[in-house]
Amino acid sequence: MVDIPASVDRSSSLMISYLLRRLAFLAGSLFLAGVVIFLLLRLLPGDPANSLLSVGATPEQIAAARHEIGSDRPLPEQFVTWLGQLATFDLGNSFISSLPVGPEITSRLDVTVPLTLLSFLLAVVIAVPVGFVAARRSATWYGTLINGISQLGIAVPVFWIGMILITVFALRLGVLPAGGFPQDGWALPGEALTSLALPVITVALVMSASLVRYVRSAALDVLGSDYLRTARALGSSFNRAMWRHGMRNGAVPVVSVLGIELATTLLGAVVVETVFALPGLGSLLAQAVAQHDYPTVQGVLFVSTFAVLVIGFLSDVAQRLIDPRLRGRLSGGAR
Amino acid sequence: MRKSVPLLGGTLAVTLSLALTACGSGTDSKSSAPSGSYDKNATVGVGSLYEPQNLDNTGGGGQGVTEALNGNVYEGLFRLTDTGEVEKQLAKDYTVSPDGLTYTFTLRDGVTFHSGKKLTSADVKYSIEKVTAENSQSARKSSFDMIKSIATPDPATVEVTLSSKSISFVYNLSYVWIVNSEAKDLKTSEDGSGPYKLDKWTRGSALSLERYAGYWGTPATNEKVVFHYYKDATALNNALLTNAVDVVTSEQSPDALDQFKSNPAYKVNDGKSTTKLLLAFNDKVKPFDNVKVRKAVSSAIDNKKLLQSVWGDHGTLIGSMVPPTDPWYEDLTQVNPYDVTLAKKQLADAGYAKGFDFTLDTPNYDPHPTAATFIKSELAKVGINVKINIITPDEWYTKVYKNHDFSATLQEHVNDRDIVWYGDPDFYWGYDDKQVSEWVKQAEQSDTTDEQTALLKKVNNQIAQDAASDWLYLYPQIVVASTKLSGYPLNGLNSQFYAYGIKKS
Repeated sequence: MVDIPASVDRSSSLMISYLLRRLAFLAGSLFLAGVVIFLLLRLLPGDPANSLLSVGATPEQIAAARHEIGSDRPLPEQFVTWLGQLATFDLGNSFISSLPVGPEITSRLDVTVPLTLLSFLLAVVIAVPVGFVAARRSATWYGTLINGISQLGIAVPVFWIGMILITVFALRLGVLPAGGFPQDGWALPGEALTSLALPVITVALVMSASLVRYVRSAALDVLGSDYLRTARALGSSFNRAMWRHGMRNGAVPVVSVLGIELATTLLGAVVVETVFALPGLGSLLAQAVAQHDYPTVQGVLFVSTFAVLVIGFLSDVAQRLIDPRLRGRLSGGAR
Repeated sequence: MRKSVPLLGGTLAVTLSLALTACGSGTDSKSSAPSGSYDKNATVGVGSLYEPQNLDNTGGGGQGVTEALNGNVYEGLFRLTDTGEVEKQLAKDYTVSPDGLTYTFTLRDGVTFHSGKKLTSADVKYSIEKVTAENSQSARKSSFDMIKSIATPDPATVEVTLSSKSISFVYNLSYVWIVNSEAKDLKTSEDGSGPYKLDKWTRGSALSLERYAGYWGTPATNEKVVFHYYKDATALNNALLTNAVDVVTSEQSPDALDQFKSNPAYKVNDGKSTTKLLLAFNDKVKPFDNVKVRKAVSSAIDNKKLLQSVWGDHGTLIGSMVPPTDPWYEDLTQVNPYDVTLAKKQLADAGYAKGFDFTLDTPNYDPHPTAATFIKSELAKVGINVKINIITPDEWYTKVYKNHDFSATLQEHVNDRDIVWYGDPDFYWGYDDKQVSEWVKQAEQSDTTDEQTALLKKVNNQIAQDAASDWLYLYPQIVVASTKLSGYPLNGLNSQFYAYGIKKS
């Protein structure tokens, strides 16, 4: 906003070339991730056919089950099949249920995506002002208190917070459900939102505990910066100086942390999903891993890797929109 | 992750001539809660830890599909009641030829599938062949090895010819779902003849059933049943405490029972289970190929104390593979009594006065690790050093069940009438006694159930004498329900959960 017109042109072309390089990097990472996911899974000991059969099964039945799901075929053949399916946006069929993986993941995303985004928004709403106050008033008792609580929040396991919230709001007060998600899903928006309330608060609390610390340290940097002092010396009010210069500079490192937090929550939701009995992506992944259901594991990992890469992409782009000085660089942000 | 092991009584028998009572639903043992007036249009919420993998019990549906659909959505020619008796269901009547090799079944009139199609003998033939098919994943498959041919002389008659006599044939048929032979997509949909049809299955979350208006028998006493699935026992208990479900099919968290016992809004029911916790020796390898060593180990472990520490006042000591609900049950808990002095003497007799070391392959889910730690401390007292090796269910299946590569292992065995596996020397525990194998074989070919019962009692005594395994205890079967409910099954035999008699006030 303070740039002169000539540098806008140069900055925009830098941005476009950055976007192209960044997209190529995204595609390359995705392919590499696909190969790694496929190979690592096959290194795990165990046979998916074992999950299909119980004690009493004959050796013939075991062989038939292996043949049926294709786990007896050579690895390269399985890999090519998988790549072929991916090219047609088909994630294959589950070894265990023999149902298509794609729709299964989509239905789980109905829970995980709102859970992640809502928690994320709530965490930002909590952490940004709190972190800022903690920095601005770092010398006061409540500045110290906020700092202490946020350290504690990082140390406390997420399931414990979930259990406390369940005990208070579901078992004692009976105002919110203890868990579960309506069978009709978002067809009943009110019920769906209610059932996500406690999980969202749980995740948001944990997430904001660490976010507060980043916001606080970014704000401390800004508050002690030369440009802020200069702006104040030139007659800006504190609020105006903070808004015009401080926010923009302080936002860059915070956005990069936000991106990481968002990506972590997407998959890290498994614990919360178990505590609150939510049919999300994390619980699908945990179950599929236990059963050696390779197509489902591959599908979930692939979709979530994709999401994480896209989040990283968006966060990098956002940083460059905020701070044009970064546009010449392929990866990373300030600091 | 829990993987139960239904040990299937492949060649088992049933007290069929005595137990075949007139058909009809609602003759199960009912919970003792007062029935009185109830809501015919109620929705019953059922909480469970066992979600189906898919909806096909010959295609890897697992324990969950039996719980939700058996008897509720699908019916057999016969059904196993909650008390373990075999009743006629879709079979109106049947006769057995004098040589015991030909069974002729007459089908009930007026039965329709949920799609509206009428039940015919072709559907029965199709359904049995679905279980015995080459790609069948049914663990019951080997129970039907003796079927030679199935004929359908007319739409209401099915004639099955066996290659050898099988007194448990009718009992085994109670596990065969009669499915519409024209139905498609049985992994995600259904076409059975039961009192409910499938409303909706949301994977990872819930499965709902609704009353089928065209049902041939007594209609269900509730309009809708929703099975809610949980991965975590605490989440399941919370659901019951907040009325998100009305009943929990099988309580697996003993610590949680007190909060329900002390609350007048809930009833804790102690039903009969068939799940046995075994310390299974590999009877073919040293040192457990020696009967004295097995007896010594059995006598060195205080099963009562173990049961108490895991389940408190619930559960039963058995002393053999046979639960009290099987017809050939006898109290054999004193054959290898808890007696440390005796154990030491037997070890010395066997040449192990100084004890020995062995590895105990222990599945990684409760109660196995707890039991393993307990066993380790008990056996240390007689000089035996146990190395606990924690393995996943998948590893157990490959290492122990398929490859027999173990010294001793812990495992829960779920099914009733599974003593017959001691007659199979190729089974994973490798117990090999020619006389026992012969008795098991003769029992299956018995003419009467008395004869069968007598033979299996001999088997039971022999394996207890030989300490073929150490049968630690019989699990309790605990159903916790809201006091608003009555008529729910108490025993959950073989994971079944008949919901059609449940009344909600």
